[in-house]
Amino acid sequence: MIEVFAPMTQGMIDSLKAGQSVVLSGDVYTARDAAHARIVDMLQKGEPLPFELSGCGIYYAGPCPDMPGRIINSCGPTTSSRMNAYAPLLYDCGVQVVIGKGPVSGEVRNAIVRNGAVYFAAVGGAGALLASCVTAVEDVAFPDLGPEAVRRLTFSRVPLIVAIDRYGSCVYDNR
Amino acid sequence: MRTISGEAVTQAVKQLFLSACRMPERGALAAIESALEKETSAPAKEALRQLVENARIARQTGMPYCQDTGMAVVFVELGQDVRIEGNLSEAIQEGVRQAYEEGYFRKSVRDPLTGQNTGDNTPAVIHYDVVPGDKLRITAAPKGFGSENMSRIAMLKPSDGLGGIRRFILDSVRIADGSPCPPVVLGVGIGGTFELCALLAKKQLLRPIGSVNADETLARMERELQGDINALGIGAMGLGGPNYCLAVHIAKYPTHIAGLPVAVNFQCHAARHGSVTL
Repeated sequence: MIEVFAPMTQGMIDSLKAGQSVVLSGDVYTARDAAHARIVDMLQKGEPLPFELSGCGIYYAGPCPDMPGRIINSCGPTTSSRMNAYAPLLYDCGVQVVIGKGPVSGEVRNAIVRNGAVYFAAVGGAGALLASCVTAVEDVAFPDLGPEAVRRLTFSRVPLIVAIDRYGSCVYDNR
Repeated sequence: MRTISGEAVTQAVKQLFLSACRMPERGALAAIESALEKETSAPAKEALRQLVENARIARQTGMPYCQDTGMAVVFVELGQDVRIEGNLSEAIQEGVRQAYEEGYFRKSVRDPLTGQNTGDNTPAVIHYDVVPGDKLRITAAPKGFGSENMSRIAMLKPSDGLGGIRRFILDSVRIADGSPCPPVVLGVGIGGTFELCALLAKKQLLRPIGSVNADETLARMERELQGDINALGIGAMGLGGPNYCLAVHIAKYPTHIAGLPVAVNFQCHAARHGSVTL
């Protein structure tokens, strides 16, 4: 099993190949449909963002509400292709790592290659398993969006698969 | 005439969702475990292994199996000799409201245009059937939208026939690819009108996985389609292998001489539902 740490070094990203299983530790920001719409709107208006995109990791996820005794409630990945409209711009702004599930568009794949980034897939629907890999949570932005708010999650050894590597190879092509 | 209180309905709906939102039906979990045994693709095998582990963690912690605890769909079979004290629809909505709040389930329901979240996961989608007898049967079916989004309906022509139906279903699977969180169950409706066809498809998702269709022709179609779909090689989570589809469930209804409606409703591996009779 390959072990990676976020933020990732370019050398580590360059060494990954589509289809490899990894465990990732480190910080990522949750953001899904509504948060992406806001972030892109703020970028277009030139407004300051609530967190630094350059070098960051984004997790397409909207967890269940916090429950007593747990660091975070169930929080699996959501469908990445719904972020197709936003993802290229975010990669161009420096997003280094994205965690989601399922295939994405050719434009997104091109943006990954152009920026030397990487797209990981988590197992869709494995919300309890993914929550059990979170060791810390911090609210970051857009609390009014409820489950779609941006939060910083610290993962410890979360199991992922390299879905699209920085060279553009895609695990969903190799079937 | 038998009387059932609105409060009894609220409590029944609440308990159904508190249970269903946490864990898929036993048959789905068993089907995932048997898929794991026959998996041929290494990444898909790892994904299925994680799903088994996910169920174990959900059971141990009380966290929902999947964070998308869905839009609440409720099927009601109301005996014609039952009188409900109070407002039946409101009693059901209140049960949904309480379950999503007390269960720490995600509130995923929003205004389709403004985006404003309703805050309590209501309104539920409620389907009523009036049936003989003095019983009230309620089925809770929380539906995640990763799979719901991939569902399709087509108004085919009679000349399209069985071949056209088959092509439409396989095309729907190719378009959905790995997005609906396979392994999936496919509910298929054939015939009726535009809206009934979609409802037939949805109701087929309630059938236990592994159950055999009472109609022999449909039972054969189900087996053949499942084989054809799995032969596409999309696989669990879109990662290859023979485990895209755990079951195909088909229902038909007579239709107009000018039409041939077909609907495909995708159900992800978190096949969640429960029923109670009052």
